[in-house]
Amino acid sequence: MRELIRLTPMTSLSRDDVAKLAGLARIEMSDEELVNMANEFTVILDAVARVQEVAGADVQPTSHPLPLRNIFRPDVVVPSLTPEEALSGAPAQEEQRFRVPQILGEE
Amino acid sequence: MTLSYDDVVAKYEPVLGLEVHVELNTNSKMFCGCSTIFGAEPNTQTCPVCLALPGALPVVNEKAIESTIKIGLALNCSIAPFSRFARKNYFYPDMPKNFQISQYDEPICVDGYVDVEIETDEGPKTFRVEVERVHMEEDTGKSLHVGGATGRIHGAEYSLLDYNRAGIPLVEIVTKIVPGTGKYAPEVAKAYVAELRDILRSLGVSDVKMEQGSLRCDANVSLRLIGAEKLGTRSETKNVNSLRSVERAIRGEMIRHAELLNAGGRVVQETRHFQEDTGLTRSGRSKEQAEDYRYFPEPDLVPVAPDAAWIETLRAALPERSSIRRKRLQEAWAVPDKEMAAMINADVLDIVEATVLLGADPTKSRTWWLGEISRIANDKDVALADLSITPADVAEIVALVNAGELTDKLARQVVEGVIAGEGKPSEVVAKRGIKVVNDDGALMAAIEKVCAEQAETAEKVRNGHLPAAGALIGAVMKETKGQADAARVRELLLGHLGQATN
Amino acid sequence: MIRNNASEMAAKLAAGEITSVALTQAHLDRIAAVDTDVHAFLHIDTEGALAQAAAVDAKRAKGAKLSPLAGVPLALKDVMAQKGIPTTCGSKILEGWRPPYDSTVVANLKKNDIVILGKTNMDEFAMGSSTENSAYGPTHNPWDLTRIPGGSGGGSSAALAAFEAPLAIGTDTGGSIRQPAAVTGTVGVKPTYGGVSRYGLVAFSSSLDQAGPCARTVLDAALLHEAIAGHDPKDATSINAPVPQVVNAAKSGDVKGMKIGVVKELNGDGYQAGVRARFEESLELLAKAGAEIVEVSAPNFEYALAAYYLIAPSECSSNLARFDAMRYGLRVGDVDGASAESVMNLTREVGFGKEVKRRIILGTYALSSGYYDAYYGSAQKVRTLITQDFTKAFEKADVLVSPTCPTTAFKIGEKANDPLAMYLNDIATIPVNMAGIGGMSLPSGLADEDGLPVGFQIMSPVMKDDRMYSVGATLEAALLSKWGAPLLDKAPIMGGVR
Ligand SMILES: [Mg+2]
Ligand SMILES: [Zn+2]
Repeated sequence: MRELIRLTPMTSLSRDDVAKLAGLARIEMSDEELVNMANEFTVILDAVARVQEVAGADVQPTSHPLPLRNIFRPDVVVPSLTPEEALSGAPAQEEQRFRVPQILGEE
Repeated sequence: MTLSYDDVVAKYEPVLGLEVHVELNTNSKMFCGCSTIFGAEPNTQTCPVCLALPGALPVVNEKAIESTIKIGLALNCSIAPFSRFARKNYFYPDMPKNFQISQYDEPICVDGYVDVEIETDEGPKTFRVEVERVHMEEDTGKSLHVGGATGRIHGAEYSLLDYNRAGIPLVEIVTKIVPGTGKYAPEVAKAYVAELRDILRSLGVSDVKMEQGSLRCDANVSLRLIGAEKLGTRSETKNVNSLRSVERAIRGEMIRHAELLNAGGRVVQETRHFQEDTGLTRSGRSKEQAEDYRYFPEPDLVPVAPDAAWIETLRAALPERSSIRRKRLQEAWAVPDKEMAAMINADVLDIVEATVLLGADPTKSRTWWLGEISRIANDKDVALADLSITPADVAEIVALVNAGELTDKLARQVVEGVIAGEGKPSEVVAKRGIKVVNDDGALMAAIEKVCAEQAETAEKVRNGHLPAAGALIGAVMKETKGQADAARVRELLLGHLGQATN
Repeated sequence: MIRNNASEMAAKLAAGEITSVALTQAHLDRIAAVDTDVHAFLHIDTEGALAQAAAVDAKRAKGAKLSPLAGVPLALKDVMAQKGIPTTCGSKILEGWRPPYDSTVVANLKKNDIVILGKTNMDEFAMGSSTENSAYGPTHNPWDLTRIPGGSGGGSSAALAAFEAPLAIGTDTGGSIRQPAAVTGTVGVKPTYGGVSRYGLVAFSSSLDQAGPCARTVLDAALLHEAIAGHDPKDATSINAPVPQVVNAAKSGDVKGMKIGVVKELNGDGYQAGVRARFEESLELLAKAGAEIVEVSAPNFEYALAAYYLIAPSECSSNLARFDAMRYGLRVGDVDGASAESVMNLTREVGFGKEVKRRIILGTYALSSGYYDAYYGSAQKVRTLITQDFTKAFEKADVLVSPTCPTTAFKIGEKANDPLAMYLNDIATIPVNMAGIGGMSLPSGLADEDGLPVGFQIMSPVMKDDRMYSVGATLEAALLSKWGAPLLDKAPIMGGVR
């Protein structure tokens, strides 16, 4: 279960809130962009927050439009791509591997 | 100042939490048909799905679900009638979609336990480790860090990614906190992982090779003053990839925490990495800022709702629980505790049982596998199972010895021959011309020859100094190239020298 | 030859009157003539299309039994993976990417020998209602080049209206097939969710996305529908059941005794007068054809837009995380000493357009710890309520109808800086996606005030897609006899071909 449930969410975001979200979403944003988006969000969040008016505790959420269950595939190997195909879109490659800039953080 | 372990446990109570990730041994990956064979050339086992190419969609491997339910049942869990996959969102280059398909608040199995027995000062004692959940997820790719020291991430100039492992089914087994182990915390943790490994192996759902990473343990440890209610801050140690390391890592963390606390410092909640060479842990990423994983139900997959009939079919096919099996075998074979422990440690239970089932005497089976054959495997530095000697071979050799066609010493030559690839035991016997000399006349000739050569020793024996007979028997055995039955030689020799044999 | 409908082209191909190569070449010529003005296409696969056409002609010459649309050309929305062909989704971040695999829709098209001319323009990652959000510039509405062709599938609908292709594939997450069809005077169908495989459709919002047929007639849409639909084991949300008999319905379905429900909430305030007039007129024609018109109410539809703008951004924030410069697509900032993290940040800054960023941030917020229940969770509950509204309405009526969108095509740039005004375009189409049911838009005439096309929407229950084809074909026939000629005959002559 999630912590910090706020039933009346903030319907506005500050520049710093947007900066934090942009960080989570891995999008670099200029200060101007952050401010503009924060302003736009005030209007948008106001509009979308309406969903809470009718979303009572007695209503079950729907995450999928059809009531399907237990859709599986058999444990059978099918041919993979060739490594050439797999790497065909790679911005950089080396030793049949995707070459990426240095990774920071956890090992 | 380095604290001793005794100082630590005199003052603090450790609280454990263990997360074990198990790679399932399905033929294909969790969400696509790529092969899961270990050690393939890089990026040869990848497809649009496991590379997260735009447009590709996952479809769940049925066998992986079955294996997970089996694991849950074997760990005494309840199987959820309805469970769902969720997306765990965070960016990392070895995770192609930048989210992991995992399970969040609706795992497949919940609320189980594993009982482990360890040796304590007061004798054997059982600890119950409660399992909170068993859930499904997928593995990540592997990165190779180039340019830094020893392939480590720090100081690397760039990394090379191989996605063969990406999408291999993983089962995560999470315990509840384990309090009350006191000074035995490291042993309990080790025994738990060992027991888990045995259970998983008996289920046949994983290769459980810690050294290949198909079973990985994260150990959470915290300390609180003895008698205190509130839990201390925990550290989470990763990279613990052997049973011995589980024990060392926890012991090491307990000492590290206690030193910090004694010095008035505080433990930081963080991920630490176990280092095999030093037995110490190294700080990883600090978790001061908890990740916001933004879990939500995976819209590309539909819920898993196993019906009771399916679960019961799987339950009925479960193998005997390993602790029960061990008790049963120990009784049936009349094995002393110490020997039983040795067998479990050396992991020969299956192979000995197979040998016994082929008609061999339990004690002799055990002696061969645990003794001579293990020694050879050690010398060659290979696993027992990789030697070309089978339970059937050992059973045959035991039978030959029982029939008097081989002496123990000759049998060892046969074992060597089989392992050297010379064929079945009977073939080795034939090829090497190994046979017991049963001809008393031939033996007597050898005895007379030896007694003549070592007349002085023979005289001693004749005068009643029996220990001296050993040298003569040895010489006779040498004379007959080891093919004589030593007991018979002794009998004949003593008779020849006028000594009664009983 | 290019002004024929797909079914007429198919008949001529079958009779040996024309070859697929000639037909394909005629469309390539048409594209060369008008697409600088329309900009419906992002990529034209001249060689591939002609090769495919030649192969169909050869098969036909050998007397092989071919599928109904064999040899007919088609325009493919650039959101569908096609092996070896650039697939950009209208985004810079995928510029130059050529998939090493075919989407299931493309595989089905190839299996049916439908000739793929190229990839059509779209709002970036299908986020938009005007095709102005394409990183490669907007598409223009053939009825008035200063106006939008709808979106996100504006390229596909414009290609049909400009006679650059007789068939097209679209995808519809909140109206991206139906709204462009409405504003270009063409037919567009969003099948039941799960009716057409999503494998290889680059995901915007997984639980809402659905690929479907675009055409100039209801029958053509039905023929294409049958060619691409059906169960796909590669898509876990695909329905394992026979495809509804949509071609039969389009050919011989009628509305006698059928109850047609007018959704009270999807009309009235906010709907342009000309749009309402054409809607009423169509209802009369359906009544005259023997249908019973009833009114139904769907009280929760007023929350659909709000819920949609939480669910779709949430799912897209996760779906678009894979565009990270590591394995394919654009990479920016990979200088000495740069980290993977900074390269991801910079690439996504440069590679994504404004609307995509806006929705990713909105979705990231809606899913974040502390706000999930209030936003994403509540939106999923609204989804339940909307589905219940549909269930009740379908107890009273066999199909439901409404105008497809509140207005006709607006001017390019008119709503570019007002996201909420833009979102309102999809107010009548979004509920269909929320409930996973089928929806169709077909032309119902021109609005008196601006002379621009108006769309009529028909909605049918899950896997009852044939019903909307019956109603659509009946209405289409009634309108045709009223007008005396297809609506597109009133469109401006472009490129000198009539
Ligand atoms: Mg996990
Ligand atoms: Zn794969």
